[in-house]
Amino acid sequence: MTTLDYSDIGKVIPRVLREDETTPTAFTEPPPLVKLDRRQFLKLTGLVGGGLMLSFAPLRKVRAQDGTVFSPNVFVKIDAEGILLYAPNPEIGQGVKTSLPMMLAEELDVAWEDVRVVQAPIDSAFGRQFAGGSMSTLMSWEPLRAAGATARHMLLEAAAQKWQVSADTLSTQNSMIKHTSSAREISYRELAADAAKIAVPPRESIKFKDPKQYRLIGKRITGVDNDAIVRGKPLFGIDQILPGLRYAVYQKCPAIGGTVKSANLNEIKQMPGVLQAGVLAGTGNAMEVLPGVFIIAESTWAAFQAKRALQVEWDENNASKDSWSETVTQAKKLVEQAGNRTVDIGDVDTAFAANEKQAEGLYKYFFVSHAPLEPQNCTALFKDGELELWAPTQTPGWGMGPAASAAGIDRAKVKLNQLRCGGGFGRRLYNDFMCEAAVIAASVPGTPIKLQWTREDDISYDLFRGGGFHKLRGCVDEQGKIVGWHNRHATFTGDQGIGSGQFPMGMVDNLRVEHTGMDWKHRFGAWRAPGSNVFGFVLMSFVHELAHAGGRDHRDVLLEVLGEERQLHRGGMHTGRAAACVKLATEKAGWTNKKEGRGLGVAFYYSHAGHIAEVAEVSVGDVEGTVTNRQGESVQKRSLKVHKVTVAADVGPIINLSGAENQVQGSVVDGLSTMMDLAITFENGRVQETNFDKYRMLRMAETPEVDVHFIDTGEHSPTGLGEPAFPPLAPAVGNAIFDACGYRVRTLPISEEGFYLV
Amino acid sequence: MKVSVNNTTHDLTGMDPSTPLLWVLRDHLNLVGTKFGCGISQCGACTVLIDDTAVKSCIYPISAVGDKDVTTIEGLASDDEELTPLQRAWVDVDVAQCGYCQAGQIMAAEALLRENSNPTDADIDTVLAGNLCRCGTYLRVREAVKVAAKHRS
Repeated sequence: MTTLDYSDIGKVIPRVLREDETTPTAFTEPPPLVKLDRRQFLKLTGLVGGGLMLSFAPLRKVRAQDGTVFSPNVFVKIDAEGILLYAPNPEIGQGVKTSLPMMLAEELDVAWEDVRVVQAPIDSAFGRQFAGGSMSTLMSWEPLRAAGATARHMLLEAAAQKWQVSADTLSTQNSMIKHTSSAREISYRELAADAAKIAVPPRESIKFKDPKQYRLIGKRITGVDNDAIVRGKPLFGIDQILPGLRYAVYQKCPAIGGTVKSANLNEIKQMPGVLQAGVLAGTGNAMEVLPGVFIIAESTWAAFQAKRALQVEWDENNASKDSWSETVTQAKKLVEQAGNRTVDIGDVDTAFAANEKQAEGLYKYFFVSHAPLEPQNCTALFKDGELELWAPTQTPGWGMGPAASAAGIDRAKVKLNQLRCGGGFGRRLYNDFMCEAAVIAASVPGTPIKLQWTREDDISYDLFRGGGFHKLRGCVDEQGKIVGWHNRHATFTGDQGIGSGQFPMGMVDNLRVEHTGMDWKHRFGAWRAPGSNVFGFVLMSFVHELAHAGGRDHRDVLLEVLGEERQLHRGGMHTGRAAACVKLATEKAGWTNKKEGRGLGVAFYYSHAGHIAEVAEVSVGDVEGTVTNRQGESVQKRSLKVHKVTVAADVGPIINLSGAENQVQGSVVDGLSTMMDLAITFENGRVQETNFDKYRMLRMAETPEVDVHFIDTGEHSPTGLGEPAFPPLAPAVGNAIFDACGYRVRTLPISEEGFYLV
Repeated sequence: MKVSVNNTTHDLTGMDPSTPLLWVLRDHLNLVGTKFGCGISQCGACTVLIDDTAVKSCIYPISAVGDKDVTTIEGLASDDEELTPLQRAWVDVDVAQCGYCQAGQIMAAEALLRENSNPTDADIDTVLAGNLCRCGTYLRVREAVKVAAKHRS
């Protein structure tokens, strides 16, 4: 086990990788502006041993055999028929199949209507093809603009030679090259064959556009797959159909770690439509194939029926006995005891002794599931010792190795077809479903199978966002300035604890963080904005508690905590960008002009290189008696209406305004949905909420108005938006609830404290 | 047993009559636009029309269709046809994120607009309450339905 020091990048690491892990079991956000050495970078991104490329490949020239296709690099292909751009990274709903080709198209200076966008094949020439950590935008910004600009440069050169003029006298616009003084013009398509003969210029000779000249970047561009989506075309992993396709299901032990003792396989094989059934021992790696029973049938429904009739006797000697209710009892004791002191700055004890104005509270959050709407699935064909996969995955490259070894072949014998994902949220960083499909396909060579998880499988065998418990204490001085902060927290071993660079590191003089790890058997995974998605709630709620303890306006205290403009933790949060977001969000939300009967709450959070502040406007109903929560406690029942959420975000320049707004709106909805009523509990190792009847997500009527404002100072590179708008939502709403009714919510979901959304 | 889907009649002789319509569409008729999300009628990804009524096809046995007409997302505008105003609105409003729930949302909206040509926000919220969007595109779904209503009238 290697322990890394992350303190210098101010990020939360969900879990340290084992040296020997080949499947990424942890994922972290990018260290966007920091130059890391290669080894550290590989570790941070979970690529140790993965064999993937560190950076984008040099822009490899792809020559067409007939010399009529202009393809100066793998991303661009122009011929007489049209202009083709490749979208390199998996599309999981974050919009990169549209926004990344926009970067290419901008520097290539093509009309968007002239472009056809295609999902790139999985090939190291396209760079690191994954969707995670909100990294695609930043990772692609330089290489994709370079690829587009290089192609444009070569087209200009081709036109210059054709017309015997200097390239400096030519201009481009809308896929055309113009020579104004001679009133000549020619389309890229007509020039393709000539441009194919031009040598690829060195990167240093390529200049980028002045952002003021952008015609695409920053505009509202609708998704490139929209037409196919509204026509119901087969875009997704689950939609794949192959000739002779059979349908597979796989039943694992409801408690992770259980193995198969016996199963009624003979009975199952007699069922209508069932073709095959068998036991898999598993690969010994819980991230790949767990032990279980597979069934192959003529249809999904026949397979589901057989799975329902399947009776397995499990050996649960080594299986999970995880119990949430016991954990709650244990954790409540642990946070009263000293833990492993991970941060101790200044003199916390003296600060608390000297300042009487204090606040304290026990924060806790339940487990939650990713629950992407497309349940895990993978289509696979094993034939002549080779494996072909059709998979909706966030990490195609990382899944191929484990899938190959699960099927008993070399990675070189695997071909993977990357398909659109029906949601990701981190779940599809892990390719257990792909490994299962590989093994099942290998058991029936020549027969293509589609492994389909049920919703119950999808939730039960998720890699969850772990629960956690934080005992917070803080104190303020006579002026109400935060001078002491003590966070004693208990989370699960293997899951994240608060990193030393986390808020309010560098902002409060006396700071102590203590951590205790608790044993847990079930699997954890990166869940949208890992770490930040829960720490944001705890930390940004507690700032409000301390503002209240000091009798001051929360916004003022938040800005005071951020302090003078500076870059914290080398490459992480910038307090000036943070303060600008806080100011804009509160101003737009009418912070000083609150409506009668409403509560306003603000929160800021920095994650995934995004600076984002949100203000929630709520009203809270009167107490309507009591209700019993999941922990068996009787709590007061109240309604909550979230009228509006105002967001101010600085993620640098916006690539696609429509997509960016959609991501922010969606993050607000996801944030509200998750904080209201989403919880996964375990008893005897078994997940208790396995479908949407018990795992109740927010619906349309409960959706607040979302007002989105972007800040771009022109000084920064663009960064991703799939995650950073999530963390500030829960604390903003919690703070607004306090403002409205004086009740402090400290549990996620807040239905545990009696609130329901209207 | 026969069933009419998107104006084409299919012979389903020999099929288990309790098979949910969803799996007949997806596995037997290769109409994969209708999606599987939960299997218990909670998420609406599998929403199709039976005559003019939106139903959750994941729990709707094929035997219950009878002589009624089934319309799926593929039945709104065929490959070579222009998009319907509802589909057009969906594209223009740029509703989708991952896109997985959208066929179900569109079919639920289609049923609403067939019955109510000028729905209020509350009407839309009520009818589309059965359709989950994990990405949280509800604001744009509502907007697209309103834009479509305008274009249809």
